Amino acid sequence: MKFNLIASISRSLLMARWRQTLVAAIGVTFSITMFVGLLSFMSGLNDLLDGLILNRTPHIRLYNEILPSKNQPVDQAMLFKERHNFISSIKPKNERLEIYNNTAVIKALKNDDRVLGIAPKITAQVFYNVGGIDLTGVINGIDVEGENKLFSFSDYVTSGNYIDLKNTPNSIILGKGAADKMLAEIGDVIQVTTAKGERKQLKVVGYFESGLLEIDKVQSYASINTTQKLLGESNNYITDIQIKLKNMLIAPQLAKEYQHLFNVEAVDIQTANSQFETGSSVRTLISYAVGITLLIVAGFGIYNILNMMIYEKMDSIAILKATGFSGKDVNNIFTTIALSIGIFGGLLGLLCGYGLSALIDQIPFDTPSLPTIKTYPINYNPKFYLIGAVFSIVTTYLAGYLPSRKASKIDPVIIIRGK
Amino acid sequence: MNEKVLEAINISKYFHDPLTMQVLNNVSFSMHKGEFVSIIGKSGCGKSTLLYILSTMDTDYEGDLIIDGVRMRTKNESELAQVRNEKIGFVFQFHYLLNEFSVLRNVMMPGLKLANFSEKEVEDRAYQKLKILGIESEALKRPNQLSGGQKQRVAIARALINDPLIIMGDEPTGNLDKKNSEVVFDIFTELAQVYNQSLLIVTHDNEFAARTKRIIEMEDGKIIKM
Ligand SMILES: Nc1ncnc2c1ncn2[C@@H]1O[C@H](COP(=O)(O)OP(=O)(O)OP(=O)(O)O)[C@@H](O)[C@H]1O
Ligand SMILES: [Mg+2]
Repeated sequence: MKFNLIASISRSLLMARWRQTLVAAIGVTFSITMFVGLLSFMSGLNDLLDGLILNRTPHIRLYNEILPSKNQPVDQAMLFKERHNFISSIKPKNERLEIYNNTAVIKALKNDDRVLGIAPKITAQVFYNVGGIDLTGVINGIDVEGENKLFSFSDYVTSGNYIDLKNTPNSIILGKGAADKMLAEIGDVIQVTTAKGERKQLKVVGYFESGLLEIDKVQSYASINTTQKLLGESNNYITDIQIKLKNMLIAPQLAKEYQHLFNVEAVDIQTANSQFETGSSVRTLISYAVGITLLIVAGFGIYNILNMMIYEKMDSIAILKATGFSGKDVNNIFTTIALSIGIFGGLLGLLCGYGLSALIDQIPFDTPSLPTIKTYPINYNPKFYLIGAVFSIVTTYLAGYLPSRKASKIDPVIIIRGK
Repeated sequence: MNEKVLEAINISKYFHDPLTMQVLNNVSFSMHKGEFVSIIGKSGCGKSTLLYILSTMDTDYEGDLIIDGVRMRTKNESELAQVRNEKIGFVFQFHYLLNEFSVLRNVMMPGLKLANFSEKEVEDRAYQKLKILGIESEALKRPNQLSGGQKQRVAIARALINDPLIIMGDEPTGNLDKKNSEVVFDIFTELAQVYNQSLLIVTHDNEFAARTKRIIEMEDGKIIKM
């Protein structure tokens, strides 16, 4: 009953000034629209750029590195134990890059329930022979199906069928850049030289486009078997184990654990790609800053209209107070006005923001380096809508706070005497 | 029948701007239920100032104000608003109606705020009051569509809606022509005689005052005759 009365008075005051009220509400609508649109777009873009790297990066990669011995003899001499020693005489010997006992490691990882999946890999340094010239290159020997499952390999194979890599013996999927340099068509046979000097002929069954030009000039893919044969290694030779986790955030600590457990090097995604996170968070920060600035501007609009309304309605406020409305009632009336502008404008803004996002989502975005993307990316995260809604209400409440307080403090005697 | 509805005890009031000056000087009087009292005095003698204090709108005074047996000093802002809502009906020289609402809604407003009755009942009561004042046919108009005399009657209906203990008026006929003043005065007299309504009316109109039961005369912030 009490609230109904306050609401009905608020509504009447609003209606008496509906044009200005509408302008104020449109201000809120506009800012919320931009806020939601901007954040959805920025976040979509972030996801896209991160995905470019992160989706194709294992959460943890296990590998062997050729390092000098950590136990240099000079360190073991009691005399020099506390000193800094410059003499490190034991150089790395001809160690293999292979992960020892990898079948057992893979088995252990498959039984670890923090792990989503694993894909073994061999990296082989090669030269692509083009006429008289050799181009440096890297052939990734992959478990074709595993790689596709974990890293959406097929998305990046732009011509040819990725599964041919498994089904055709001695086949290769060339990076687009490398293929262009070699003038290699699908179905052609190319020749590579391994680091040990052996030559091998491979049949091109597809092109690979990662979106990163430099990578496409160098990298190619072959099946694990083909690569093992290429290197002249046995069929349990593996140089990398790529791990995807169920929860990416535990990657750093798990990497340490595996490093000890399997006695290999382990690098986690956060360490390997820290610069990307920085980029995304800066972009996100900028979008929030712009969105919130817009909202604050809209807040000033509401502040203005309320101040004007209170100035115009001095008499009405005085009479309400003279007939028994308390300062708090008057305060509630103007706060209600502010909030209804905020809620109405905000809701409309959320709708328009969704519309704007959907619109951006339709704009074609064709770039040769991103084969899977056809339109501008949008992230429809409900979080943005929630933040937008909360912010529109909070800003309008704050914008209404001072004017409402002013209205509640109006002394009816001064107004009535003034006539 | 002889209960006091209002009692002023040694009320003094000072204004400090631009110079400190005493506008009310130890004003004391009391009013009984059903009394029709008028306050007269020269312009600037402090009648309006006194009435704003008596109506609880002005709280900056010395002395005590007792309404319906309760000291007003003990009450805070919202409790005083409650007192005005429930016990005092105020009629101003200017009508002060809310143009955003219909006449009916204006009359209903203090009743809705008090919320002793449902909205429907308040509406019925508002119609009754408008009928007493002879303007029920204007109920659905906007205040700015009425004549000055009609507006003042709407304001009186609004003052009556909660059956207040006392009606106060600051020159309620000051802005009306002879004929309309007559109408308003007749309404006040009828309220006093038929409904035993207590009334405290400030006026310039000595003819008006002469017809009330009791006259309080002020001069320079003091009561000189009552
Ligand atoms: N806000 C104020 N500040 C300073 N002095 C004031 C103020 N309001 C009123 N006064 C002074 O107080 C005195 C009494 O004013 P008040 O309005 O009560 O007179 P009044 O008896 O109602 O006069 P009138 O019959 O003309 O309405 C006047 O001298 C006036 O100048
Ligand atoms: Mg006066």
